[in-house]
Amino acid sequence: MPEMIEKVDICVVGAGHAGCEAALACARLGLETVMFTVSVDSIALMPCNPNVGGTSKGHLVREIDALGGEMGKNIDKTFIQSKMLNKSKGPAVHSLRAQADKAEYSRQMRKVLENQDHLTIRQAEVCELLTEKYKKEDSGDDADPGISRIKGVKTYTGTIYECKAVVLCTGTYLKARCLCGETITYTGPNGLQPANHLSDSMRNLGIALRRFKTGTPARMDGRTLDYSKMEEQFGDEKVVPFSFSTDPEDVQIDQVSCWLTYTNEKTHEIIRANLDRSPIYAGIIEGTGPRYCPSIEDKVVKFADKERHQVFIEPEGLYTHEMYVGGMSSSLPEDVQLAMYRTVPGLENCKIVRNAYAIEYDCIDSRQLYPSLEFKNIKGLFSGGQLNGSSGYEEAAAQGLMAGINAARSVTGKEPVILDRSQAYIGVLIDDLVTKENREPYRMMTSRAEYRLLLRQDNADLRLRQTGYEIGLVSKEMYEATLHKKEQIKKEVERLKNTVVGAAKENQDFLTAHGSAALKTGVNLAELICRPELSYEMLEEIDRMREPLPADVIEQVEIEIKYEGYIARQLRQVEQYRKMERKRIPDDIDYNDVGSLRLEARQKLIAYKPVSIGQASRISGVSPADISVLLVYLEKYKNNK
Amino acid sequence: MFSARTDTIAAVATAMSGSGIGIIRISGDEAIGIAGKIYRNAKGNKTLSQYDSHTIHYGFIVDENENVMDEVIVSVMKAPRSYTAEDTVEINCHGGVLMMQKILERVVQAGARVAEPGEFTKRAFLNGRIDLSEAEAVMDVIHARNEFALKSSVSQLKGSVSNLIKEVREEMIHEIAFIEAALDDPEHFDLEAEGYNDTLLKRVEKFMRQIKSLLDSAEDGRIMAEGIHTVIVGKPNAGKSSLLNMLVGEERAIVTDIAGTTRDILEETVSINGIVFRILDTAGIRSTEDVVEKIGVNKAENAVKDADLVLYVVDSSVPLDENDRHILKMIDGKKTIILLNKSDLTSVVTEEDIRQNKSAAGTIIKTSMKDRVGIELFIETVKDMFFHGDITYNDEVYITNVRHKEVLQNAYDSLLQVHKSIEENMPEDFYTIDMMGAYEKLGLIIGESVEDDLINEIFSKFCMGK
Repeated sequence: MPEMIEKVDICVVGAGHAGCEAALACARLGLETVMFTVSVDSIALMPCNPNVGGTSKGHLVREIDALGGEMGKNIDKTFIQSKMLNKSKGPAVHSLRAQADKAEYSRQMRKVLENQDHLTIRQAEVCELLTEKYKKEDSGDDADPGISRIKGVKTYTGTIYECKAVVLCTGTYLKARCLCGETITYTGPNGLQPANHLSDSMRNLGIALRRFKTGTPARMDGRTLDYSKMEEQFGDEKVVPFSFSTDPEDVQIDQVSCWLTYTNEKTHEIIRANLDRSPIYAGIIEGTGPRYCPSIEDKVVKFADKERHQVFIEPEGLYTHEMYVGGMSSSLPEDVQLAMYRTVPGLENCKIVRNAYAIEYDCIDSRQLYPSLEFKNIKGLFSGGQLNGSSGYEEAAAQGLMAGINAARSVTGKEPVILDRSQAYIGVLIDDLVTKENREPYRMMTSRAEYRLLLRQDNADLRLRQTGYEIGLVSKEMYEATLHKKEQIKKEVERLKNTVVGAAKENQDFLTAHGSAALKTGVNLAELICRPELSYEMLEEIDRMREPLPADVIEQVEIEIKYEGYIARQLRQVEQYRKMERKRIPDDIDYNDVGSLRLEARQKLIAYKPVSIGQASRISGVSPADISVLLVYLEKYKNNK
Repeated sequence: MFSARTDTIAAVATAMSGSGIGIIRISGDEAIGIAGKIYRNAKGNKTLSQYDSHTIHYGFIVDENENVMDEVIVSVMKAPRSYTAEDTVEINCHGGVLMMQKILERVVQAGARVAEPGEFTKRAFLNGRIDLSEAEAVMDVIHARNEFALKSSVSQLKGSVSNLIKEVREEMIHEIAFIEAALDDPEHFDLEAEGYNDTLLKRVEKFMRQIKSLLDSAEDGRIMAEGIHTVIVGKPNAGKSSLLNMLVGEERAIVTDIAGTTRDILEETVSINGIVFRILDTAGIRSTEDVVEKIGVNKAENAVKDADLVLYVVDSSVPLDENDRHILKMIDGKKTIILLNKSDLTSVVTEEDIRQNKSAAGTIIKTSMKDRVGIELFIETVKDMFFHGDITYNDEVYITNVRHKEVLQNAYDSLLQVHKSIEENMPEDFYTIDMMGAYEKLGLIIGESVEDDLINEIFSKFCMGK
């Protein structure tokens, strides 16, 4: 049979949330890109919950948007309800979450992809990665025995795509199997075709794989539910868009409601009585599941003293009756599922459209990757999304975007873009994945970000627009708008700090009226904003020089002033942190040559090849003394060169 | 190259010995500023910042109330002509070991941080002051000092102290996890509804009290098992416990007439004329079949091996026997003071009897604990040994104590910030920032890292997610 050979710049394997961002980034950077999917109809599929965003995930979406990614824009076009979570808390933990119309989300994303220049969508299963021995350019050295270079992929139907870089975004499809009680089906999510061959090819290239699992609850026919027994949950009155380039007026739409109900002792009884039929408790599932979104079986077993658990009933879209039963994912058999769901108030007569199930799949230990998301042992091979052991659409999209950007940069001979922990949640996410040992699917959490006061969702544009512009994914116009915003913020903060208010009667009256202490001496306006009972808006009355400013500028001004002390402290910590991050460790360091390293540290350093002293210090088993020793060694090394 | 601003470090640069003279070295960008805050010249003025590089000055170190702490000589060396190639101030003080510790604490209070083991050498190297060929040696020094410091900082911490720290940390991480769980899953946990802030405020106050008590203990050196490592040995009922009680000044050990009462090891920290002794009282040594007592004897033998000074108490009213010969063999080669006790009774053991059995002769003193005879001589002897440098402090322990105090103070300050945030009605996410800071700092003392503690606590204690 004659072999078909095609030549492109970059192949993206998978068209989920990671694959879409990766493919768009590569194509937008001008590289000929082909995106493979086992089913073109399932592009940007949301096989689990019908939301985008949520605590810390909303931050990721904002950051993706600031860098020039698509997810934020796409959810703004297709959401049916939106909420800013944690509004009563500090600005660092405000998080946007939207309910998506799933079908519409997919369709819109597909439209964007189909209209993107340099991008080809191809329905095919990639089953083999093609590589060659890697030789360092301009060096007469023999090829490094442990390192190869990607040169293409081969599909199941035999076509070879020669390329310069590959981005793997295979999600939960590798050797996937779905479990629903005793019934096991060998499919990807939602009954889709799995990818059964690529794992073997990866293993042959020396990539270590492992099994993770995750689960999803049942979908109900909404017409069979009794909403009068549930609490209605509304969206926000004033919706805030995800994307910095969406006009806020465009998202003030009619929203749908979600519903809250609870499990009860009866539900738990049924679950306990049937635990032996749960594949997890019967030991059929080998994969490790996530602790943060446990199945209802897990909740009942691990938190036995809880009398009830929340159940969120959420619409899957505007043009379907299907409802998602959030909080009750399960891998119990069909009959138990039905009995269990029917104990929940409002679900007494429910009819299941799709069963709950658990899915098991191959993924990699992501410590095999550099922070650029390139494999350490295969040049030009990048990886993003659930394949890296993460979970969630937003985590996937964030990695897909970075993997795509860095694949494109590797092809064009540019240095990779690596965001650090003080710049973005994306930086925290990727650093955790490539540095720490993760024993379960990794989910973003605000508590993982040590500098979260700086990494707010409201300032993602101020943090990352410039990077997006330098990469080439953000237009000059958008970048300049951000620069203008920065300037406005700076000027207004300065003005407030330099405007002194005296103890004039009208000022004292104003303060008394707002329950604030009267002035003894003159203070500046910024000091007044710092008072918990006052705000920028309230001060308008006594701030006569004020000129009208956009709401997003005022928001930044207020945060900067109100939380100045805390922010300044975090900035000092960041300064310390960055010092260590800037100290690079050369690729060719020989740890066996570093005397005085403890054995455990030496082994870990050899295995995980950290790129900086900072990253090395976060590897478990590497002590501060080892870091000191390493610093001294690097100094010697630098001078010997 | 970014600006290489470094924080300023301080430590005792000479061994803390009986001579009582030592140097505290301060190095870093703020060295002169920090030393300037606490140094006064002979006329009582702040003049340090005006001095030229490589000059030496007589003056005083003062505490925060301007009271003179010690008479000193300071030398000022400006970068790059110093050991570390940074601005360096050395304070030569002579007020004794405890005073050096106090002055080091004062330097830390003024803004320096206690140097990590080997850090001066590391800085000297990184700043190009030490030849590259010595890199290996520098790494070895850092490695060795760290290993030692790590061992001493954890092992010399008193058990009760590390238990308290563990307990406080456990409670802290639980509160942090609770708040974080609520922030991460706001639809599950409602902090306001539960009136959580008041509860938290009370808990934070409790943590503050607990840390304050540790700080107070650190102030009198009670958190570290520090001092000259001294072991009391002897046959059962020779008067070992009486000796310890006499030194401590209160009845701590159980004193009875029944041989073999002290079955485990008692430990006390005693200050004799400003010299601190960490004294272990051991079980009486005799060949025994009693299992419990046997363990005590083994412990005593091990303690002797690590001791800086051995006090051998002999009951001079009964003849030397097999057990005494065993003890004499055990303490051979150790710095020893032998007390011929019970001189109030008829003595049957003479100095000669002892000398015949012990090759290197230690000091022998006749005592009667009961009648307080020979005690003065004993104390004089100990002081002489110390000032002649026969016995010395393990200075690393002192540094560690200062370091622990610094860390405890930091943890306390972090909690104070949490307290302030709660009182000012800041949103809950601000509380955990500083509470986590306190948690991490306390972890430094007991040598525990914080890796994933929070995430694990969140998932194990709170049912999260949809």
